[in-house]
Amino acid sequence: MAQVPILRIGDCLVVTVNADLDDGSALTLRDDLACRVASISARGVLIDVSALDVVDSFTARMLGDVARTVSIMDAETVISGLAPAVAMTLVEMGVTIPHTRTALDAQGGLRLLGIVMESARERGA
Amino acid sequence: MGDLLGGSGTVLDDWLEAQRQAGVARPDLIDEAQRREQSSQVLTLLGKVLAEGSPVFPDDPAWDELRMHLDRLSESRAVDGFSPTETARLMLTLKDVLFKRLRDAVPNVTADAWSDIDEVTGLLDTLALYSSEVLQRSREAIIERQQQDMLELSTPVVQLWNGIVGLPLIGTLDSRRARLVMETLLDSIAETRASVAIIDISGVPAVDALTAQYLTRTAAAVRLMGAECIVSGIRPQIARTIVDTGVSLDGLPTRATLAGALALAFERTGRTVEPNG
Repeated sequence: MAQVPILRIGDCLVVTVNADLDDGSALTLRDDLACRVASISARGVLIDVSALDVVDSFTARMLGDVARTVSIMDAETVISGLAPAVAMTLVEMGVTIPHTRTALDAQGGLRLLGIVMESARERGA
Repeated sequence: MGDLLGGSGTVLDDWLEAQRQAGVARPDLIDEAQRREQSSQVLTLLGKVLAEGSPVFPDDPAWDELRMHLDRLSESRAVDGFSPTETARLMLTLKDVLFKRLRDAVPNVTADAWSDIDEVTGLLDTLALYSSEVLQRSREAIIERQQQDMLELSTPVVQLWNGIVGLPLIGTLDSRRARLVMETLLDSIAETRASVAIIDISGVPAVDALTAQYLTRTAAAVRLMGAECIVSGIRPQIARTIVDTGVSLDGLPTRATLAGALALAFERTGRTVEPNG
């Protein structure tokens, strides 16, 4: 069972969900995230799902569960990189992911969490 | 020919049996009683026409009743999913039945001659049916291609500004088109990294509950991708029908004009437009 690495950037946590996320590692991820949010008093969690090209109802519910868990602990969840086909599937399944904001990509997600990544070129401009 | 139809009860049974053997009875598409009723009606009406001599089909008004029956029969078969060949075979099987009776009625034709006649007519019927079936199929293929072209033409996504895409909708939204609209819009958002999508419905004749549902679903999908959806082009009549029918566009920002939506999009993306000087 592959463990999903949780990265820390400032007071936020970043997770990249892989295409081969199985039910077991999804549950582990949820529990790990809760522990990490508690241990560093994280302000926000970014979950990047751009590697997912299909989403089943379990994964969708798991994302919702993570968001609810995180929001109970007074942090915010941002989901980034939902592919068009995945977004359509979720809407057609009638799945909503409450307590979350969404972003086009990881960079947009970090910006939503208040982490501004400035490149040298942009700073110069 | 009228004489051959005499004793109509057995002709009907023979015909129904011939349909079954030719494989055009299709009990999966039409039930036995209905097929019997349709066939017996054809025989009755045909008998009536033949009693008046042999008028020219289809110009002579004597054919009107039978023609109307065949119209209805063929239309209902088109709806039920019969192929053109199966529908044509229905009448051709009657020919087999009548030929068999003719054979008994005319004793001075040899069996060899009969089998030649059977072979030739059977072959020609099959060829004629084949070519009409192919014609029909290629026609349908053309129609389908045109429909596809129209669908694609009808969903152009235009980039209005850096990060703002627009989709002018023209014509009624049906489920197929709504899906295509959603797909095209989401793909263009992914491609252009747009953060606001404006759907302009000025060209949509009416907004009913279903259309509203398509719009809200599209907006939900757009939001999932991290962008925002604005609906513009709400004409007064559309606003009224939306209120009258109690349709909900909940959580969907709406503007009367594309200009209004663009202004809102500028605001959301942190831009201002000022007159020059």
